[in-house]
Amino acid sequence: MALTIASREVNGVTVLDLSGRITLGEGSVQLRDAIRGLISKGQKNILLNLADVNYIDSSGLGELVSAFTTAKNQQADVKLLNLTKKVHDLLQLTKLYTVFDIKDDEAGAIASFK
Amino acid sequence: MSEAKAGRLSLTLKSAVESVDEIEAVAEKLASEAGLDEDECFHVAVAAREGAVNAVLHGNEFDLTKQIFASFENNGAALVIIISDQGKGLDPDTLPDPLAPENLLRGSGRGIFLMRSFMDEVHFRQLNPGTELTLVKHLAPAGKNS
Repeated sequence: MALTIASREVNGVTVLDLSGRITLGEGSVQLRDAIRGLISKGQKNILLNLADVNYIDSSGLGELVSAFTTAKNQQADVKLLNLTKKVHDLLQLTKLYTVFDIKDDEAGAIASFK
Repeated sequence: MSEAKAGRLSLTLKSAVESVDEIEAVAEKLASEAGLDEDECFHVAVAAREGAVNAVLHGNEFDLTKQIFASFENNGAALVIIISDQGKGLDPDTLPDPLAPENLLRGSGRGIFLMRSFMDEVHFRQLNPGTELTLVKHLAPAGKNS
């Protein structure tokens, strides 16, 4: 299942609702383009809603890390919301759980950007 | 191109993302048909996918003149998945530890770690040219797999 990305604004935060898989090829490229596009437009607060992402491979994990570091370098912030169990387990196993700011409720996540 | 012989499925695939998806799907089916639970099927599929990514991306570097060879076998005691490429080869022992604090923000280098985390055995053999990866998942004896 390919990755689909829907964007919405909530109180100055861009929420990207992702659905599908973030894997080598199209999924990783779509995510990279979406985040770089937002950052180039000056958006500093980006929340990735992963509720409907059932799988991220090592390429996708690398893309998430790149998004995080690209954002940091531009004084922007990328946070993660609503991990599925499989994605949660992958982030924990790879210790990326310690890198990202991970939230499990949207209102709290939006408020945390203030 | 595929060939099924004595319980082993062999595939010859091009160096493209579709081949990664195909190897993952076949591995997941192999695990499912062996009676592994959902988590174990996922682990086998992830490991096979990562092996295929390495073969296509780092091994053959998407060179369509080079091929990927994959075989899948349930020998009754274990699932054995072998993936080989025609690339320049790699030495897995020289790869940086992806869990080391200084490597956590690297954009790559987690594939072999995931394979080793999810499979019982992971072996590399250098070909000339290329790399052969063997992934093994032991099966519980009959009646002990539930």
